[in-house]
Amino acid sequence: MSRAADVTARVLITLLAFTAIAILASICVFLVQSAMKSMGEVGLLSMLKGTSWYPTSDPAEFGFLPSELGSFWVTFVALLLSVPLGVAAAVYLSEFATPVVKEFGKTIVEFMAAVPSVVFGLIGLYIVVPLIKTSFHLDSGLTGMSAGLIVGIVCLPTIISISEDAMRSVPDDLRRGSLALGSTRWQTAVKIILPAASSGIFAAVMLGLGRAIGETMVVLMLAGNAGILPSSPFMAARTLTGTIAQETGEVMRGGLHYSALFTMGLVLFAWTFIINLFADAILDRQKKKWS
Amino acid sequence: MGNGSSKETTPRKTGKATSSRVRALLRRETAARFITGAALALVVTVVFAIFGYIIYRGAGSISWEFIFGSPKDRMTQGGIWPAIAGTLWLVALTALFSLPVGIATGIYLSEFSNGSPFARFLHVAIANMAGIPSVIYGLFGYAAFSIALGFQKSILAMGLTLACVTLPVVITSTEEALKQLPIELRRASLALGATKWRTTYRIVVPTALPGIITGAILGLSRAAGETAPILFTGVAFFAATPTSVMQPSMALPYHLYIMATQPTVPAPKIVWGTALVLVGMLSIISALAATWRSRRRRKLTW
Repeated sequence: MSRAADVTARVLITLLAFTAIAILASICVFLVQSAMKSMGEVGLLSMLKGTSWYPTSDPAEFGFLPSELGSFWVTFVALLLSVPLGVAAAVYLSEFATPVVKEFGKTIVEFMAAVPSVVFGLIGLYIVVPLIKTSFHLDSGLTGMSAGLIVGIVCLPTIISISEDAMRSVPDDLRRGSLALGSTRWQTAVKIILPAASSGIFAAVMLGLGRAIGETMVVLMLAGNAGILPSSPFMAARTLTGTIAQETGEVMRGGLHYSALFTMGLVLFAWTFIINLFADAILDRQKKKWS
Repeated sequence: MGNGSSKETTPRKTGKATSSRVRALLRRETAARFITGAALALVVTVVFAIFGYIIYRGAGSISWEFIFGSPKDRMTQGGIWPAIAGTLWLVALTALFSLPVGIATGIYLSEFSNGSPFARFLHVAIANMAGIPSVIYGLFGYAAFSIALGFQKSILAMGLTLACVTLPVVITSTEEALKQLPIELRRASLALGATKWRTTYRIVVPTALPGIITGAILGLSRAAGETAPILFTGVAFFAATPTSVMQPSMALPYHLYIMATQPTVPAPKIVWGTALVLVGMLSIISALAATWRSRRRRKLTW
């Protein structure tokens, strides 16, 4: 009797475990299926390279380049802010902080990760946008720069906690050996810990990059969503995520515009998938290295 | 980690013998400590500043009528109850769909998979699911739940979409919670003649429950704050307090977004009040979950 229950439970749990795979597979299937129409009629390459996005004019144009460039600028600014700041904070947490400070710092970082991005967007709208407008004498503060700065803050928890994890997983023997030879803590951090944890820190940056490319609400609220090709972060920009978020709700189901938005989603999906797969492989290797 | 032992480990000044090289090293050590510490302090300050600013701007809006009333005068006055209720409905549905599957998958990965190739594949898939941008889940939910399954723009379609977003969080935290238990616990139960499944549901899962529940709460509070996945699957600028899962509804994060960016008449009081309610709700829930977990942890020691 209990043997039968055992088998039933095992089978049921294994079946439920397939759900995640099924969802991931359906995401691919639905994206590809809905994207087919535009890929057939416009062509993937000409969308990727097209410089103008006028989905509602006649003839309609479906170039992704304005959104791709916008995503690039926002991500660039975001990483420029969050990588140095995040890695430095992680070094302090892992190598210098006392246990109390460390516990406190990590709790705050965890808390930060739980704040919805739309709230960061609101803060950006009221604080960063006016600031950017006045300090750079722009007509509007809704620029790739404003969005990038806030997206950088959104990425910080990811970068801090994963690089701190990587540094912490370096065996203490290495640390003690270095300190015993008379190195200072900073020398130990730079010459021993950072090189040993470098692949994990790199993975942290990759995951931060994935987070930045995929961030939607902050960009929708702060980047300005203009259809131009932005040549600097001080111009209004639209991103892949912003374009999808703004237009999908209003477009005719099954039409070419609808399909083009799914192709854009597919491009975004492919990017983040590659980035995550890469980061995951690096983290996995790092874990094996020290265990 | 040898924290707090820096005094012993940094080279000591030994009077005249302190060479300029050592002094330079010590200066660099102090500078590095200061700079990296300043980076952490900046991050912490930003978090406190954001919370402080939300409380400062939002506290004045909070009243009985704001929380339990309906919007009035083209959304510029009145309360946000339909949005709060909508978010509560969404969280309930998300929990209903994601927790059973997520916890079962976590149990499978920790207790039954034995590092099989399928389990390794599953790990990779879950890590990737966690990294998919939320707007992609929105596209998927729209195509799959709203259109293909015919749920249209409804709480049901939104709940299913948010469940997909939450699933990787629930799976990962369940697996982590289970893996923290010592192997002896399982061996003792098996040695007494319990089957694998009996061991799992009578011993392993109850012991790991605080961790599992905390993870579930964190996942659900993330779902409560998500905006992009519900943009196309059923969120409304205005809808009455929902009475069925087949209706569209309002939701707090969307209300915040739309009132902040596209108001016919600006209503900063509503915007900041909504922000405070959303952030307050999420912070209280996650603080409670974290405290409960650490209490339970202190009781159980191995």
